Amino acid sequence: MLTLDRRLFLKGAALIGCSAAAHPLMNSMTFAALPGENRLVVIILRGAMDGLDAIQPYGDPMLRKLRRNLSVGPENGAPDLDGFYALHPRLEPLLPLWQKGELAFAHAVSTPYRDKRSHFDGQDVLEAGTGNDLPVDRRVGGWLNRLLQATPGAKAETAYAVGVEQMRILTGKAAHLSWAPRAWLKLSPQAQMLLEHVYHDDPLFRTAAQDAVQISAETTDVGKNSGPTADAQALAAFTASRLNAESRIAAFSIPGWDSHANQPVVLGRALERLAAAILKLREGLGENWGRTTVLAMTEFGRTVGENGSGGTDHGTGGALLMAGGAIRGGRAFGDWPGLGEGQLYADRDLMPTRDIRAYAAWAMHGLFGIGRDTLEREIFPGLDLGGDPGMLA
Amino acid sequence: MSFGFPELAAIRLGFGLSPLMPPPADAETVLAGPANAGPGPEAMTTTRASEIATLFREGRLARREGRPEPPETQEADRLLGILPAEDLRRRVIRALDDPIGFGERLVQFWSDHFTVRATNKVNNPLAMAFVDEAIRPHVNGRFEDMFLAADTHPMMLVYLDQTSSRGPGSPFAKGRPKRNFGLNENLAREALELHSLGVGAGYEQKDVRELAELLTGLSFTHQEGFAFKPAWAEPGAETVLGQAYGGGRRGGLDDIRAAFRDIARRPETAQYLSRKLAVHFGSDQPSEDLVEAMAAVWRDSGGDLPQVYRVLVTHPDLASGLRQKVRQPFDFCVAGLRALGIRGEQVARLELPNFRRIAWGPVEAMGQPWGRPKGPDGWPEDADAWIAPQTLAARINWSLRIPRLLLDELPDPREMLVSAFGGTQSAELAWAVPKAESAAEGVALILASGDFNRR
Repeated sequence: MLTLDRRLFLKGAALIGCSAAAHPLMNSMTFAALPGENRLVVIILRGAMDGLDAIQPYGDPMLRKLRRNLSVGPENGAPDLDGFYALHPRLEPLLPLWQKGELAFAHAVSTPYRDKRSHFDGQDVLEAGTGNDLPVDRRVGGWLNRLLQATPGAKAETAYAVGVEQMRILTGKAAHLSWAPRAWLKLSPQAQMLLEHVYHDDPLFRTAAQDAVQISAETTDVGKNSGPTADAQALAAFTASRLNAESRIAAFSIPGWDSHANQPVVLGRALERLAAAILKLREGLGENWGRTTVLAMTEFGRTVGENGSGGTDHGTGGALLMAGGAIRGGRAFGDWPGLGEGQLYADRDLMPTRDIRAYAAWAMHGLFGIGRDTLEREIFPGLDLGGDPGMLA
Repeated sequence: MSFGFPELAAIRLGFGLSPLMPPPADAETVLAGPANAGPGPEAMTTTRASEIATLFREGRLARREGRPEPPETQEADRLLGILPAEDLRRRVIRALDDPIGFGERLVQFWSDHFTVRATNKVNNPLAMAFVDEAIRPHVNGRFEDMFLAADTHPMMLVYLDQTSSRGPGSPFAKGRPKRNFGLNENLAREALELHSLGVGAGYEQKDVRELAELLTGLSFTHQEGFAFKPAWAEPGAETVLGQAYGGGRRGGLDDIRAAFRDIARRPETAQYLSRKLAVHFGSDQPSEDLVEAMAAVWRDSGGDLPQVYRVLVTHPDLASGLRQKVRQPFDFCVAGLRALGIRGEQVARLELPNFRRIAWGPVEAMGQPWGRPKGPDGWPEDADAWIAPQTLAARINWSLRIPRLLLDELPDPREMLVSAFGGTQSAELAWAVPKAESAAEGVALILASGDFNRR
């Protein structure tokens, strides 16, 4: 069927005189994939993940004073990682990855965004990758798009935005593809033939429909998950299928982290989705997992203290989760700022000790050979890259 | 089959043809439409929005302090969660039941021109009040009134950070030297760049700054409401585009009103907005003739919108530009429901989850999440921006599934071909529809076609 689509498309293109080579999916048939074999997946955790609960610094005695019910550590069944940090019990499915060196984290990280603690603005800053020198709404384009612009040989299929959520992190001048597993299209052969006929003289509709049919045909298994983590698994399964083909960079988001009340339930569900997505990526990528780095990033952390409704409110410093066979995992990165008096940001939040963008930058440096200058001036303008945290194997 | 002005007007200026009502007979009928686009009985007000927001905050405080929550604060919490979808529902209903459609299309256009977005759920009702208070009352009036109403509306003040702007030399800022209060230029910049003159016009950073200084003093909180606070205002006169406003003693809102009126009447504003209207209703590349004719009437009438609309409605480009535009997802869903003969009352009766299934979820999947545009420049116009593999798949899936969800008996596709296109359909579509294997696929073919997705 694929060949037939191609022929139909070529015939149509010849008729109206448009260049088949200009079409992104056509290019991929003929040219070698660039840039290289390494893969980067960015998962945006929308709603502000509570890093102190996801990765619990139970070794800091202040934690128990500030949080009586949340983030209790191994006493409450959280698997110990290194004698200081413990993994939230709902992330336990990822424990084998930690043991194999395929899971790591950096605590007390943040974007340059401060004080107003709005989800939307915070996410915009995270995805734009810019500093505070521009008003929020002027930050057009995302840092993964600027990575594409800085990568020789990148083409539309190099990068995928996955899911119905807008992925500002990939918007910008460089072409990329997008697809939502939910958009999955199944037409009867007759309907498909008739639709092709109807779209035949309209190149915009014709190519979009052919791509939709083709992507759906190539990814028939991604929609077959069920249960509360089905959506996250579908995103991950689709992402893996594209990374196994021509794509090297992908981004999707997992919502549902805004745990103002009843945090054990809210955060527990969100962490299950994240764990399911990471495991699905690993399963789907197979051998390619060894060349993959996954960064799970959130717009900001949450208050160090519990609030009165069993939750936490918008904060500042948070945690970055890393996974993949390409990382040097099984360890904690970054400096722990402490939770004592005078050690908090604005007397309420975890003090950021490193810009989260530095980790993303070092990942791009290691995976795609992007130079320090490009990283500090173009991809993350104004960022001080600092020393190499050594997060890649 | 032949078609004429009524079919063109319904498809290009409204939400398409309906089996339930005839298309507008002539230009006068179309131009009478916007008079009915004013705020309806379902209108939201800033006062009500603040009541809901205040109740919500009281409830949150009660929860934090471990007190029992009164039922009215629980209700406010519930309302804030469902209002965005209910807002979409009321807009769909008005668009479906509008016999002309032009007025509701203009509401859509102007609400997008003056984009706002509730960036937290507390402000969801305020974003609804914005359309009912700043847009609808002026859709058929003078641009300068809409410009002032929109850019001084509480939702805009919040969205574009005006509420955090203080004159650097204001008594408020001077009294708090350590707190670093200062000017926020966001609203002033967008007022010139996006809302009136256009980005290419000959204004400078100095104009932006002075307008921003002129706007200091505008304030809003849900507790205090809208107010002009002289203590926040930068003292002294401000010069915007060569014109000075205010003197030693500033006139507050009157100075702001005068500045907006003057900016609205500039020829650059006439040009920028005439083009934008022509692009939205006509073609991504409108003819200079149309833009010039609209701009001339705009200049001569001082931005009297009905006179400008008249040029658009009666211009020959209405016929020559057919199907150069792609229907945006909201327009597509309304046009689809309309072509299926669905009435507003049916949409009103749907359980909310079902309404989400037929409209809220689909417009997001098609790339236009309701009330959540990416930035203050609103939704894109280019056909290319709307038709990509995943967004077209969402349109095709909607066409396949939604008619069956809403109708016990689907229309005969051959009859629907006539009622939905009125003779404007392509030969390819007319050939294909009768060959569909089932009524469902025939109907889907009509709704998914380029003919239907373009206007």
